[in-house]
Amino acid sequence: MKIKLQIKRFNPEKDRAPWWGKYEVDVEPNDRLLDALHEVKWRQDGTLAFRRSCAHGVCGSDAMKINGRNRLACKELVRNLSRTIVVEPLMGFRVLKDLIVDMEPFFKKYRQIHPYLVNEDPEEPGRERLQTPAERSRFEDTTKCILCAACTTACPSFWTNPDYVGPASIVQAHRFIFDSRDRAGAERLHILNESEGVWRCRTVFNCAEACPRGIDVPKAIAEVKRALVFKKI
Amino acid sequence: MTIPTHRFEALVVGGGGAGLYAALTLSREGIPTAVLSKLYPTRSHTGAAQGGIGAALGNTEEDHPEWHMYDTVKGSDYLADQDAVEILCREAIETVYELEHLGLPFNRTPEGKIDQRRFGGHTREQGKAPVRRACYAADRTGHMILQTLYQQCIRRQVRFFDEFHVLDLVLEEGSGGRRCAGVVAMDLASGELHLFHAQAVLFATGGSGRMFQVTSNAHALTGDGMAVAFRRGIPLEDMEFFQFHPTGIYKMGILLSEACRGEGGVLRNALQERFMERVAPTIKDLAPRDMVSRAIYQEIRQGRGIGGKDYVHLDLTHLGQETLEKKLPDIADFVRTYMGLDPARDLIPVQPTAHYSMGGIPTNVDGEVMQDEKDTPLPGFYAAGECACVSVHGANRLGTNSLVDILVFGRRSGMTMSRYIRHSGWPSLPSQGLDWAQALLERLRNAQGKEKAATLRRELQQEMMESCGVFRREQSLSLLLKKLEVWEGRFLEIGLQDRSRRFNTELLEAIELQNLLVLARVTVASALARTESRGAHAREDYPKRDDENWLKHTLAAGENGKVVLKYKLVVITKFQPQERKY
Repeated sequence: MKIKLQIKRFNPEKDRAPWWGKYEVDVEPNDRLLDALHEVKWRQDGTLAFRRSCAHGVCGSDAMKINGRNRLACKELVRNLSRTIVVEPLMGFRVLKDLIVDMEPFFKKYRQIHPYLVNEDPEEPGRERLQTPAERSRFEDTTKCILCAACTTACPSFWTNPDYVGPASIVQAHRFIFDSRDRAGAERLHILNESEGVWRCRTVFNCAEACPRGIDVPKAIAEVKRALVFKKI
Repeated sequence: MTIPTHRFEALVVGGGGAGLYAALTLSREGIPTAVLSKLYPTRSHTGAAQGGIGAALGNTEEDHPEWHMYDTVKGSDYLADQDAVEILCREAIETVYELEHLGLPFNRTPEGKIDQRRFGGHTREQGKAPVRRACYAADRTGHMILQTLYQQCIRRQVRFFDEFHVLDLVLEEGSGGRRCAGVVAMDLASGELHLFHAQAVLFATGGSGRMFQVTSNAHALTGDGMAVAFRRGIPLEDMEFFQFHPTGIYKMGILLSEACRGEGGVLRNALQERFMERVAPTIKDLAPRDMVSRAIYQEIRQGRGIGGKDYVHLDLTHLGQETLEKKLPDIADFVRTYMGLDPARDLIPVQPTAHYSMGGIPTNVDGEVMQDEKDTPLPGFYAAGECACVSVHGANRLGTNSLVDILVFGRRSGMTMSRYIRHSGWPSLPSQGLDWAQALLERLRNAQGKEKAATLRRELQQEMMESCGVFRREQSLSLLLKKLEVWEGRFLEIGLQDRSRRFNTELLEAIELQNLLVLARVTVASALARTESRGAHAREDYPKRDDENWLKHTLAAGENGKVVLKYKLVVITKFQPQERKY
């Protein structure tokens, strides 16, 4: 089938302003949008730049705006999209080239919330720390995050305030705060209680719709807020 | 023009499981460490590993490292080095516990221990029945490993150079021989070359599955580290052994984990027969991957592919919604997303997909790279993970053992490097270290030929799949070797449209294709020479294993533009080669 792509192009090395590249490609209905982008790059215009790697929705490289919604290009089949597909870079981060945005500010926010298990209790070598399936299930959902930035760049609070830690970092904090083995929940909650923390969330719920991993992001944020209000994890 | 130069005691190239575990180990030893990754490390392909890590914890039933060792050796078709396999299976246990302590959220038993499940080729008491050995986190075990190690590297303030692509190895040529002094890499964001000066360099650059048309491998897996090492005179070991995973999504190649069959899924042909019962009467669908992939092709050849086509069905319909959602949630999601099918109700079309390179840069059990058949180490140069060949997988890797490999040998490499760095001092940087990389970029940036890298790559992938896939024979391999020469010639005639510096991914893809071409030539040359069938290397013209002549590792080196093959013996300690039956 033939589809049309309108891709927002911008190479700061030579373009003074972004422009729309228009392409027509021949694809199979079961092809991913990523395959269609490759068709453009490999057969029509080698200068088109985008990130991708795994091509099946687990590495988080190819989050972009597809028909106005944040999606992974490798998880959208063209048969489920319109005959003309509009593709833009994620909003809120500097565009480096075409669909590639500067991810450094995103990873900086991620690092802010201490995204690692802290537990200085002496470990018994040769055996695991015990954790029941029920304890594990409290944070299982948030372990699925692939740091693609789809949620954060869909959030109006983040658009208006780029210093807001954003939903992805709260999801990452949640993954540790509610892990029975972790001992640094209080520190993370303290960080999220500050002015650029979790209270910037206005429950718009764009993040829920944006997550390609199906994480219940609003629920995770609500649990963090509740832990702050009731001072109890 | 001055080239930015960085100095780190330890330099790790590759941000997957092996690289990050090495970096974490080095930083815990107090060694200033940098990681170069052509992606953001969390995008590495370790994250796509699904099923589990094999370790004989014995949490749900009796198990022993010796049983794991036996299975691995037998699975390897007796080509693995048994001293290395013994270390792999023994240290798997402490490594899993260490990962748990670092935060990995394993699935748990009701008592709170790490849960374990069945996987292909893993058995109790040397082949009597399948055993629960794979420690797992749903069907996202690799994702959890990658996340956990990245998190701990952040905690230890490992320095990351994200989106830096390695182009060359810098070697100091002294009177006492060669020594590794660093690498040259391109910063993808700016297109600039950077020089990294280091006392010790680890390559943990992953596999090369993108040389095949249907593959489970990420686009990034173009064998860069292997190709760079090969160009600098390091031989590549056992490259003819490339694993095809039996259950890739039809045409797309996306992996459906062996855990599907570990949890009870079965393969069916057009007649609805569970054909693995015929091939491996004891462990059936949980036979090793080489055997299952061949069995699928046999069904197809005998007209029992679905609708006469080139695929069979994976049947998960009897597992029940709860098992699917709790233990195979991502798999269920892939099937729904990419096939529009419901795994609880529908049969899933699958075909073998190029999955894993058993071969690679030869190393010993400490991660040190061996530069010849006499096992002479190249000081300061290390390799671990899929790009390396220890060899623990021999001619066919067992499921879960790739994760065991990256963890055990990533960690061991980190330890070896930290010991080496303490006494090695700094190598000097040769003045011509940048020359090759500079010339390459110069040429490609101005390339105005008529060939397209994408077209060449497509031809390469199709022909490799056709003639160097699950089944091989002399005539088609010889023909392929000739075509490879032609393609290498055509590569010199390519033209690029993108002349810009920043994120020139067209340039990057050309460099990657050059690496794939080199590795394909090594693979085909090694496969053509090996006139026997062993593990994943199935020669239709030589259908039997030939221990008398071929119980040895291939070492393929580049000499004056030719691939020269040498061989070295397999280390056999506890298990003498036997006929492989399951």
